[in-house]
Amino acid sequence: MAHRTTPRWLAAAVAATVIISGCADKTSAGPAGKAPDHLAGTVSLWHFFNGKNAGVIKAAVAGFEQKYPDATVEIHDGQDDEKLQKAISAGQPIDVGISYSTAIVGSFCSSGAFQDLASYIKRDNVSLDDIPAAVRDYTQYDGKRCTLPVLADTTALLYNKAALAAAGITTPPKTLDELETVGLKLTSYNPDGSIKQLGFNPLVDFYENAPGHWAPMIDGPWLSEDGTTSRIGTSPAWKALIQWQKAYVDKIGYAKLKTFTSGLGQEFSADNAFQKGKVLMEIDGEWRAGYARDQAPTLKYGVAPSPVLPAFGKYGASSITGNVAGIGKGAKNPELAWALLKYLSTDTDVQVLMGNGLKNIPTLQSALASPKLEASPEYKVFIDSAKDPNTKTTPATKDGASYLTTFLTFWSRYQQNGGDLDQQLKKLDEDIDNAIALAGP
Amino acid sequence: MVTTTPAARVRRRAPAPPSGTERRRRLVALAMLAPVLAGLAVFFVYPLLASVVYSFTRYNQLQSPEFVGLLNYRFLFTKDPQIGVAALNTLWFVVILVPVRIVTAVAVAGLLSRARSAAGFWRTLFYLPSLVPSVASVVAFVFLFNPGTGPVNQLLRLIGIEGPLWFNDPSWSKISLVVLGVWVMGDLMIIFLAALLDVPKELYEAASLDGAGGPRQFRHITLPTISPVLGFAAVTGVIAALQYFTEAAVASAVASGKATVGGGTAASLGYPGTSLLTYTEVLYVRGFASFQFGYASAMAVVLFVITAVLLVLTIRRVSVFRAKGISS
Repeated sequence: MAHRTTPRWLAAAVAATVIISGCADKTSAGPAGKAPDHLAGTVSLWHFFNGKNAGVIKAAVAGFEQKYPDATVEIHDGQDDEKLQKAISAGQPIDVGISYSTAIVGSFCSSGAFQDLASYIKRDNVSLDDIPAAVRDYTQYDGKRCTLPVLADTTALLYNKAALAAAGITTPPKTLDELETVGLKLTSYNPDGSIKQLGFNPLVDFYENAPGHWAPMIDGPWLSEDGTTSRIGTSPAWKALIQWQKAYVDKIGYAKLKTFTSGLGQEFSADNAFQKGKVLMEIDGEWRAGYARDQAPTLKYGVAPSPVLPAFGKYGASSITGNVAGIGKGAKNPELAWALLKYLSTDTDVQVLMGNGLKNIPTLQSALASPKLEASPEYKVFIDSAKDPNTKTTPATKDGASYLTTFLTFWSRYQQNGGDLDQQLKKLDEDIDNAIALAGP
Repeated sequence: MVTTTPAARVRRRAPAPPSGTERRRRLVALAMLAPVLAGLAVFFVYPLLASVVYSFTRYNQLQSPEFVGLLNYRFLFTKDPQIGVAALNTLWFVVILVPVRIVTAVAVAGLLSRARSAAGFWRTLFYLPSLVPSVASVVAFVFLFNPGTGPVNQLLRLIGIEGPLWFNDPSWSKISLVVLGVWVMGDLMIIFLAALLDVPKELYEAASLDGAGGPRQFRHITLPTISPVLGFAAVTGVIAALQYFTEAAVASAVASGKATVGGGTAASLGYPGTSLLTYTEVLYVRGFASFQFGYASAMAVVLFVITAVLLVLTIRRVSVFRAKGISS
């Protein structure tokens, strides 16, 4: 396709605007040829944790300050991705930033918001072999490693032991058919027909129900190899899962489910429906162990891998995403930042400390195998799923993996209104492809 | 307004150059205006021009913008699956929320202007909700209208009515926000009340003597007199509705059960379904969650143009109420 010539006035305006705003692309000078013998100064750490969880990060950082007595870490907690991006683009000198979402890796790596770590890794001979393959995969984009993992999240089926035992169910469901049978059996109703207690909530926008977390049920594909085309709409696996979910919703009734769901407590509060015994089985992440320990200490629950559609899913696998950390563009003290990043990401004891505190999954094989890791039988299911060779992640794109939101929006609409699924899946693919094209090559 | 005939214009001499005193006066005036002009230039003119320029680029705020011609506008008008829904939702708020708030505020102000006892108490009572921060009022409303546990549906059940899902039903979520908008109409009500109290009583007395009833008095006396205030309410209301964000975003986050700190605000926008997805929410997501500032700028430019057109139409429509012969 022939390129049109840029109008002169517009090119001049773009140049002027860029100069005025001071946003011209700046490249990092990169590390010195040799790692410094002595590290000193102040390094800033931006992360999204709050409250008690922020205390865990603080405890981990205290170890770093002990290791480097002349170094001080300035912690900024409660900073989500949107704030991180705004701060970096506004020229705020963020040394190390931790993000809760792998979705940002594509945009942060390609835009330079996080610096390329390749030269630091090569210089210091840091081996990344201790990091599981799927985790190594989601912490880089298009061959560029701009982040390292700081704990991961996996998902599994959580079930209320007492409720299952009372219903005479001895083993948690392994297939989606079993999940539906058990879920419906455990569901009870009030005299007026409204739901009293729900076995399993099939609404796709409930708590952690989301395409990314349900993908292991069918080993669902996402994008083409080059990341430019959606593979969701043409996948028989996704279609089968959507049809199963819609049929389940219809068996109980969308309005009835929605009325019940809207009366449930907030996901990350003490009123969480699973912790309160209002929903008896749910797909959730390993972090629930930490919340349940603090907020519902008497709750007896079990954890099992996500049930699967036997034709597609691989029982035992999970979806894995997690926290990623990088050195911000314009970091004031990049050597100290690299030291802190390396400490948080590649030190086995630090990973164990944070894993025990946050109840997230360590991102080092050595930490997963460490006897110091407090692994209850429930938590161990998540750890095992993290090690499973079929465990996959959601691919990164330049636009912050917006295809996940587009998919969820489509599915939420379909579960309520139904309609021609094939046609809607085709439109879904088109929408995702167009959005990826807009973000550019 | 003073008008001049062509002959008068011909006779008018070219203005004499300003004297030293006049020049000093102008310089002083300019110096006093300088802070405002600088503020306008830095915080309005430059961002506006920059948005127009960025709208023709692919830009993530970290790398140099890449010129892409009309790509952003083509995507906006032909391919973005969210824009149509968001534009319709926003238009819904402009067409329904703004008039409903104005009509309710005028009605309440009309009643309060006639209150013979405890007027101060009633005025305070109706004004008070507008002082509640919008986030707090939305959270309170989502709680009150919770279909499962909220007192509103429990009261409805007592009289045999099964209440709707309110903030959890795409068909009712916008209506729920209109109810909230009415509850916090005290800011409008108070200026309408001031305007109504300013209407000369003699006009009503004269109209009564001429046999005009209440509706005719309202049409021919009240409306023309308060039309500048109506115009103000309509113009500011339309601008606010076109930029409707906070209430919809908070309602979506709380009603979806996923309100969290540190989890980003983009995740639950639009819930339930896409019924509360507004134009500015899409703009925000594109800019700060998808890092597409070029596209977000194109959206901002289109919003600016639409706002300007709607404002002109609104001002013209409101001026219909003005009494003939009165010019401003």
